Amino acid sequence: MGSITVGFLHSLVRKEEKLLINEFNKRQNVDLAMIDDRQIYFDLTQRPEVDVIVERCINHSRALHALRLYQSLGIPCVNDYDVSLTCGDKILTAVALQDHHVAQPDLRIAFTIESALEAIEELGYPVVLKPAVGSWGRLLSKVNDRDAAETILEHKTVLGSYHHSIFYIQKYFDKKGRDIRAFVVGDDCIAAIYRSSVHWITNTARGAIASRCPVTPELGELCLQAANAVGGGVLAVDLFESNDGYLVNEVNYTMEFRNSIETTGVNIPGKVVDHVISSADG
Amino acid sequence: MSECPVCGGDISLADDVVTGELLECDDCGSELEVTSLEPVELAEAPEAEEDWGQ
Repeated sequence: MGSITVGFLHSLVRKEEKLLINEFNKRQNVDLAMIDDRQIYFDLTQRPEVDVIVERCINHSRALHALRLYQSLGIPCVNDYDVSLTCGDKILTAVALQDHHVAQPDLRIAFTIESALEAIEELGYPVVLKPAVGSWGRLLSKVNDRDAAETILEHKTVLGSYHHSIFYIQKYFDKKGRDIRAFVVGDDCIAAIYRSSVHWITNTARGAIASRCPVTPELGELCLQAANAVGGGVLAVDLFESNDGYLVNEVNYTMEFRNSIETTGVNIPGKVVDHVISSADG
Repeated sequence: MSECPVCGGDISLADDVVTGELLECDDCGSELEVTSLEPVELAEAPEAEEDWGQ
């Protein structure tokens, strides 16, 4: 194989980015071009000299626009713009999962306080309000009764930007202290972890503990279905374990995996790098 | 060896450190960003923004 140049789109270099950089540097015939999203600007007619872009921005909005710009210049991107658009917005993710008949928790979308209250009471308390765009479990609200619902909806409307008045309302799921994060790279579900916490929010960024979760055929198949529903690529699928099977909660497109390499014994950055290289032009 | 811009404590950098890398000061716990390699410069890491994360 000839030499390829990988454009590594980033801002802050977290542990995940460092692991990926080190993995790229181990590969022969790969030149890594670091692209800091705080320093670049785009000319719509000038294609940079890279064969593929791997997107590792910390800002969703920058990632989204940069990917669209790079793709318009004919550069393959991991993940691509459409996947990032869908996964970066929980409403679009839910629609994609629904379109592909992938099981997910019951949810409603509403645009006013009044209709949101009606939707919440149709679902029944408790519910979880989530920003459509947001990560790390931030600004999630578990709403246990009407008093709390009225208060939180008013606060989101008055104090937040307009994004916070697009109400994503999910039926609260009692996950018994844990959920699952599974990692999909291309056509494989390569690994999974349980995320356990005494708190109802089980993001590892919020202190949840990671432990190995076996990738059963059922889990692997569902994760691939979820990944394909949003367009496929390098994705982290979050799931709940219900009595009727798994429910897909979210799909993440710039996945974090620092706590999952030793836990699973899988070289996750190595798998990602293989996928990126195979996605390059030529 | 570099100096923490917050507390003045010593910061040792790995051989493979890269620009943009996040570090934590062992003395004060501040999260720092490597903003330059030649010469090495450190700054407080930016605060999380609304669309950060995954």
